[in-house]
Amino acid sequence: MTESQSMRTPARSVRGLGTARSGTGHFWHQRVTSVAAIPLTIGLLLIITALLGRSHAAVVQILGSPLVAIIMLLFVINTAYHMWIGMQEIVLDYVHEDKLKFLSLMANTFFVFTVGLACIFAVLKLSFGV
Amino acid sequence: MAELEAGTATGAARARPLSPHLSVYRLMLTFVMSGLHRISGAALYFGMLLVAWWLVAAASGPNAYANFEWFIGSWIGRLVLLGYTWALLHHMLGGIRHLIWDTIHGFEPAERELLALATIIGSVSLTLLLWIVGYLVMGGPR
Repeated sequence: MTESQSMRTPARSVRGLGTARSGTGHFWHQRVTSVAAIPLTIGLLLIITALLGRSHAAVVQILGSPLVAIIMLLFVINTAYHMWIGMQEIVLDYVHEDKLKFLSLMANTFFVFTVGLACIFAVLKLSFGV
Repeated sequence: MAELEAGTATGAARARPLSPHLSVYRLMLTFVMSGLHRISGAALYFGMLLVAWWLVAAASGPNAYANFEWFIGSWIGRLVLLGYTWALLHHMLGGIRHLIWDTIHGFEPAERELLALATIIGSVSLTLLLWIVGYLVMGGPR
């Protein structure tokens, strides 16, 4: 904005000026999380398939076992970040009015943290809790 | 920007040059797959609520888990789960397609078509396969 008086180089001033005030970092993070999502998604599908038709007690025992819990936690954390970036991209593509845009971006963050934390807490409780 | 738009809004409906809309393009498989990737991603975003409900219910106790089982076992629950399965597999295969493109491969017309076709055929058949396995071997979701 005040480029004429600024001491910053053009490159420095452009960085961090994407529509969400961030640069290409999210593009790369989306690639990293998508690569991680492939084995984790297969893991989730295998876990769910193995749990089909089982009693609550059996489900609790299996979900609380270390290997399954670790896969579930990795899946939830990786997916949470991936879906946060993805929904932000969707909002930035379609919501152009500033007030609504920032409210949507905020809602995205709240949603991802809430859903993600609920999943993490549940898995940890299944592992450690009574 | 706001001033410019306000000006054009009052500037009457006289014909102005428009940038091409989605509707002027011929419907191509690659175009549909691009849209489905985003739509399945958005669906999975809200589908994560289902995963959270499942895990929290399991952690809460037998009664809460019975409620979840009742929902997921109902016909609407099974429909949602079927949709979730397909969206997950389709988004995964679509993502692999994007990762292939990131390596600067698969951009030739024939390759694009093949990748688009592989995505949809792959996601539908993998979904069916998984559900058949689910029903036959495990007795299906109750």
